Order: sequence, then structure tokens, then C-alpha cells
Amino acid sequence: MALDNKTDFKYIGTRPERPDGLDKVTGKARYGADAYAPGMLHGAVVRSPHAHARIVRIDASKALALDGVKAVVTRADFAQDLEGEDWNLLENTIAGEKVLYDGHAVAGVAATSALIAKDAAKLVDVEYEVLPHVTDVDAAMAEGAPVLRDGAADHSVPDGLHPNVVRYTEFGRGDVEAGFAAADLVIERSFKTEAVHQGYIEPHACLAQLGTDGKGELWCCTQGHWFVRRMCAALLGLEATQLRVTASEIGGGFGGKTTVFIDPIALALSRKSGKPVKLVMSRSEVLKASGPTASASMDVKMGMTKDGKLTAATGTFRMQGGAFPGAPMDMTTMLAFSCYELDNVHHEGFDVMTNRPKQAAYRAPGAPMGAFAVESVFDELCEGLGLDPIDARLKNAVKEGTRSSFGPKYKAVGLIETLEAAKAHPHYSAPLAENTGRGIASGYWMNWGGETSVSLAIGEDGTVQVGVGTPDIGGSRASMALMAAETIGIPYENVRVNVVDTAALGVNEPTHGSRATYASGLATIEAAREAIGKLCQRAADKWGIDVDAVEWKDGAAHPSGPNAGDFEPLSIAEIAGEMGSTGGPITGHHDASPTGFGGSFGTHIVDVHVDPETGRSTVTRYTVIQDAGKAIHPDYVEGQFQGGAAQGIGWALNEEYIYGEDGRLQNDVFLDYRIPVASDLPMIDTVIVEVPNPGHPYGVRGVGETGITPPLPAIACAVSHATGHRMTRLPMSPPRVLRAIQGKGVS
Amino acid sequence: MAQVSMTVNGKAVSAEAEGRTLLSQFLRETLGLTGTHVGCDTGQCGACTVHVNGRMVKSCNMFAAEADGARITTIEGMAEADGSLGAIQAAFREHHGLQCGFCTPGMVMAAAALLADNPKPSEADIRAHLSGNLCRCTGYHNIVKAIMAASGQDVGAIAAE
Repeated sequence: MALDNKTDFKYIGTRPERPDGLDKVTGKARYGADAYAPGMLHGAVVRSPHAHARIVRIDASKALALDGVKAVVTRADFAQDLEGEDWNLLENTIAGEKVLYDGHAVAGVAATSALIAKDAAKLVDVEYEVLPHVTDVDAAMAEGAPVLRDGAADHSVPDGLHPNVVRYTEFGRGDVEAGFAAADLVIERSFKTEAVHQGYIEPHACLAQLGTDGKGELWCCTQGHWFVRRMCAALLGLEATQLRVTASEIGGGFGGKTTVFIDPIALALSRKSGKPVKLVMSRSEVLKASGPTASASMDVKMGMTKDGKLTAATGTFRMQGGAFPGAPMDMTTMLAFSCYELDNVHHEGFDVMTNRPKQAAYRAPGAPMGAFAVESVFDELCEGLGLDPIDARLKNAVKEGTRSSFGPKYKAVGLIETLEAAKAHPHYSAPLAENTGRGIASGYWMNWGGETSVSLAIGEDGTVQVGVGTPDIGGSRASMALMAAETIGIPYENVRVNVVDTAALGVNEPTHGSRATYASGLATIEAAREAIGKLCQRAADKWGIDVDAVEWKDGAAHPSGPNAGDFEPLSIAEIAGEMGSTGGPITGHHDASPTGFGGSFGTHIVDVHVDPETGRSTVTRYTVIQDAGKAIHPDYVEGQFQGGAAQGIGWALNEEYIYGEDGRLQNDVFLDYRIPVASDLPMIDTVIVEVPNPGHPYGVRGVGETGITPPLPAIACAVSHATGHRMTRLPMSPPRVLRAIQGKGVS
Repeated sequence: MAQVSMTVNGKAVSAEAEGRTLLSQFLRETLGLTGTHVGCDTGQCGACTVHVNGRMVKSCNMFAAEADGARITTIEGMAEADGSLGAIQAAFREHHGLQCGFCTPGMVMAAAALLADNPKPSEADIRAHLSGNLCRCTGYHNIVKAIMAASGQDVGAIAAE
């Protein structure tokens, strides 16, 4: 698809109010837990208190005897004989022979009220035979570690590794030893990051209705209702299209709502009870038993000449993603060195199972950990060689035509532009206060296209409705409306965008991979163009001229060429008003799996003050600079930059999953799992760089994920500079920083 | 079961509730006022913030029975009498003080309590006051701006440095 090279945008680049704004400031918007059905039951889930145990017996008789209890489901109520990822998904949804982590679901109950369901869940008697457990990635790979499941490893794993290592990757090019020999300085460091949670404020919630005939309806908060449909159908043994899934308004997801946890249990309870069943997770359940991100243990070695050219780089990345295969070591390895031109580079990745919940995607899954290690080593090289960290990055930065560290050549990308903007930003040269350090880091996310289907229909008054399949998580309905308005030439207010259910469109992948504005936007533009073709045909028929002699501009058909001026232009409203008698409804539709998604680079500058007495770190100034290709709604682009930075600040400084010796999660409430609050953060300055993406008609690049990649290393470098100690372990909580200041190490 | 009576958004309501029913559950399940959101059930996230007799309260941390006889305002009661948006609601919409919008009702209720006590808060006042209301999408940047604007202060004066 060719870029329009359009620069005279009328609507794109403006900042109108969002279409869902009114509902969201008045409490009318309906989220996952806000649906009700006549005769509805409430569900609750029985969860394991053990990190690893064999289920000896489940006795639900006392629960079923409780007044108001209508059904109890266990693994026997789900599809049998599943294999591969479907089996993993079912096993994570509801345990089979063993529970694999603290909080693992064992049974579901449905009752006439939420309080009775909760009481009934406590009455389900489960007998366990407790087994040895392991929750740390390095410990899980060590000889003698408890084995979670034999035979889970795939063919990629070399002989001799622990059975908990389930996938392995190794790739690279050049001669890294020769590269290191040519360097003036070589730095090698080991790093560790803890698992963190996406921390969406809305807990998972759904309302399910499933008949014994296999036909069902599901309302849920999800980033992708077609994914939910496929997964639920597989786990319950249904035909996918017999299940209609409607996405509610969604209260945050950040990747964590791209899979299922409770929806299949609610459907099974509904099938068994014959009633609609509502199921809502508590925050403790969200933290224990949804899909936090992986934790990582990493070794990175890089060499640099004294004039700042990288000569070689190697990285080993060990990631645990819970009790199933799937830690994002593929993305970590692929993207670790993605900012730099490297002739000599080698990567090794390990996917390791532990007694923790099955990890799910979290904003740029896998990328922030690798960036933390690589950008920290890059910073230390600059420090050791006395180089400016932006100048040194500019010497190595990838650009159009560079062969990436993971293979393919880059198309037009904006890393250099973000670095130059960072250097020119007043923040970079502002004086620093005492005990304050400044960190710089860059990061990348390659973005995604994916299966996409969009329908557009012209209303009888000339307004336009657009049906998309990507749930609106941060303002995408406004972005689609702007693109449709721009394409058709009608006011933004004349377009209404709806997120429609799975019965209304072909398969749509979720709002993930920073794809919605890119892919649903591209399909919206193409659907609008198709409708414009039909509008022009109606005008041509009316005028009795060839359609090729009709030009569409500013929301109206105009005779052009030899017919120019022969007829008065026909507006979209005039054509639409007659469409019943001129051939019927006028619509546009576009299906695609577009591959021209352009990746987005970002560079962050951060100042962090460290209290030398307490070790507490405070972010005092933060600037995000990122390539958006073309910002459709700049406020929402800036919002993504700010949100990514804030989540990165939490990951770097505060947030971590803390498992006790007993394998139980010790911080399963927001009091103890502390995400940044308003008083922790400064205003977050943003600079939008626009290097158009040739793969989108208006140059869009996805922007949602890149923003969480640079904060980890940028903040770690700032704390390192403030304290004089290189920080290699996250989170940089006050006790850990204090130990570093006192010379007692960083672990 | 006990009878619980209160005035909610200016209307007298009365319903039966189990003693352990939380005010948040009573508002949502019994009265159908689902604008009061529950994000944590443990009093940290603030999405369920309402006003009880003019004071800001996290409704998941109070039993419905404790609010017997009280005057309650929820997000549904924050619009003007003619149905138009209140100043804080309008500012959140205009300044994009939300992304997913789940924390927004609690943020609006918390902001209203702040401005009632402190009509011209500084940025630091706003941040301190909101420290019991979690937002995961915005980094609070546009929320602070929206509250600044709702208090009639110059949003452009809040610098990032």
C-alpha cells in the first residue's frame, strides 16, 4: 500500500473530545461487571492455597447443600483430550491432576447471590498432597529443582538442561570474539528483574449464558473478543460461531486481557445451572491468578571502541513465565540489541517453568527486560570511555536499510530523529540538583498488523457508522472517526465508531501489539474508500456520466474532466437521502492482515533524586520522545507515552511479585503491590516525532508499547549516576538502593 | 437482612440488605448505580469513591448499614440539575483526563471533595489529594491538568520541569 503523501490534513492531527467521554465522566459507561441478566447467578472460584500440590479429592457436597447454590464445576465439566496450547490454557483455567501455583483455580460455584457463592466456595473441600515447589527462574533451572511437568519441553531444548526449561533459542551473526578483541572497553554484567503485573484497575469480569445446545452469549472485558470466543469454544467443546462474544467497555488491559481466566468457568457454570452466570475477580485473584509478566535473569556483554562504535554484543536471557511454556524470551532476544548496528552479535534465550501463574502479555512483552540490561551496559561503556550517551547512540543507531540484530533490514524508522530531538531538548542540558542523576535510554517495539475486519455504512442522513472489532482501550474510537472523517471529507462529529460483537464481523485479533490504530485504522480508511466509490457511482448514474468522470472531494461528488461544471455537486447527505431508490444501502468493508506495520523507536530522559539516608528514589523530571509516524489524535499519542513511562517507573522502582518460602504470593493487594500514585510522579513531558510509516495510508505507527521499554534502563542509569553504584537489579526499592549506597551490593 | 434507608443523589431510597453488604455493593447491586466502580475491594484504588454526608469515602470500606440515614452522592449525581456536565466532569472530558475511564468516577468524586475544601489547589495539593486514587493509564498527567482547569487555574502554567 502506498503512502498518500497527504500533508494537508483537515481532521487528522486535531484533538477533538472522545465519543465515549460523556459516558465515562458520568458513570454511564458499562464495564465488565456492569451487566445484569434476568435470573442471573453469581459465580465464585475455589483456588489453591499451595504453590504445587496433587489434588487427591474434591468434595463439593457441603457447598451444594448450602441454600442458594445451583452448580459446582470442576475439570470434568470441560473439554477432554485437548492438546498443546489449548491444554495449557485449560490446565491454567482450572487445574487437572495438580495445582501449579498459589491461586490456581480448582473449582467454580454458582449461587443466587455473590455472598452465597463466596460462602459456598469456602465449603468446597479439596484434599491436597503438597509437592516441592520453585518460583525463581535461576533456581528452577538448577540441578535438583522440582520438576513441574515432565515432557513439556519442545524440540528446541538441547539435551542436558533441566526439564523445567521448555523452550530455547539461539541466533546471531559475525564473530563476537574477534569483535570483543577489537574493542577498547568490554563490559559484562548480570541483571535481574522481578515479575510485575499490568495493574489494570478493572478486575476481570464477565456475564455468561450457555445452553446445553452449545449456543451461548458472553459479555466480558477483553482486549479481543474473537480470541475469547476461540479459547472458550475450545475449552468447552463448542463450535466457535455458536458463541457470541460482546466486549464491554474495558478498564485497562495492557496485554493482560488478551487471554481468558474466568470466562470458561462462567460458561461451564451457566451450562450446568441453566442460568446466566456473572463472575468477577477480586483484586487478590487478579494478582494471584491472572497473567503477570515474566521475570528475568540476564547476562549481557558489549564491546566499544574509544570513539564510540560498538564492536560486538552477546546476551543470555533466562525468563520464567509461570507454570506453562510461553515466557516472552523470543521477543526479549529479538529486540535486546534492536537499536544498534552490529556485525557481531549473539543471543541465547531460555523459557523456564516455575510455580507461578501463566504469564500474559504486558505492554511490549519481553522488551523492557532486555532493554534494561543492554542499555545499562551501553551507558556503562559511555561512562568508561568518557562519551556522551546520545552521541555514542547516534554513532550506532539503526536507520533505513540497516540489517537488524535479529535479521531483517529496517524500513524507514525514527531512532536517529528521537535521539536528535532528545539532544536538542532543554531537559538534556538542564543543571542537576544534588544527589540527582540523569539517565538516557532508547527502546523499540516492532508493532503488529494482524487479522482485521471493518464495516462502514452510510446513514440515510449522510452520517457514517463504522463497526470495528478492536476494543477501545485508550481512545481508538476517536482515532478511527478522525481517519474516516478525513477520508470521506465529513466532520468528525458525523462519524460514530462502534466496537461490535463477534457475530457482526469476521475475525479480528485483539487490541494488542500496538495494532489497533494502525490495522483497524487502515481497514477503516479502505472501507471508507470503497463506500466513496459507491457514492460516486450513484452520482454518475444520476448524471448519466461515467463513474471515472466523478471526483469525490470535501464530502461530495463533483463532475470532473470533460463534465466539470456540468452538474451541481451532490453531497453525501443528498446521495444518502435517495439511496433507497437508487440501489439500496451504501456500505464499505475491508478485510486484511496488513504487514506494513512500522516499528516505533523512543528515547527517554529522566532525572532521579536518591535520598542518601533512606535509599528512596524520586523521579523529578521525565521526558518521552517517540516516533508516532503520524499522530492521528496527538492527545492520545501523548497519553500512551505518559502511561508507558508511568508503568515503567513503577516497574523500575516499586513493583514486584514477592513469593515467600512457602511459594505463596505475599503481596496480593494494592497496598503491598504498590503501583505509582499521583504524588510519586512529576508531569511527564512528551515530544512526538513523525517519521511516516510507508505501510499505512496516512503514515501511522502504533505507539502504545514502545513507551515502557526505555524507562527501566533510563531510571536505572539515573539512579546509578546519582549513587555512583551500577544498579543491575529491579525494582530499585529503597532497601536495595540503600544497600548499594552502603557498598553491600545490589541484590 | 435489615432495612437500610439513605438519600442517594437527592432521592430517598430504602432496601433490605444483609449486614455484611458493603456500601459499594448496595449502590451497584441493589440500586443499579454501576458508575461506582470496584477495583480492589480493599480501599486502595479509590474507584468506588462517593460522598457520604459531604465527605469523600471509599464505598468498599463501609457497610451499607453504616450509611443508614446518610446523604450519599455518587458519580451519577454529579451532573448539573439541567443534565449538563458539572465543571469537573467537563474538564476531565475536555482535557482528556482519562484513557480507559474506569478510575474516572472515583477521580471526579475525589476532585470534587478537594475543590470543596481548597478551591485553588496547587499541583502538589492535587497530587497529594489523589494519592488514594489509582490510575494505571495516564500517569496522572491529564488528570492533574483537568482538575487544575476545573478550579479555574491556568493549565499551561503546569510545567513538566
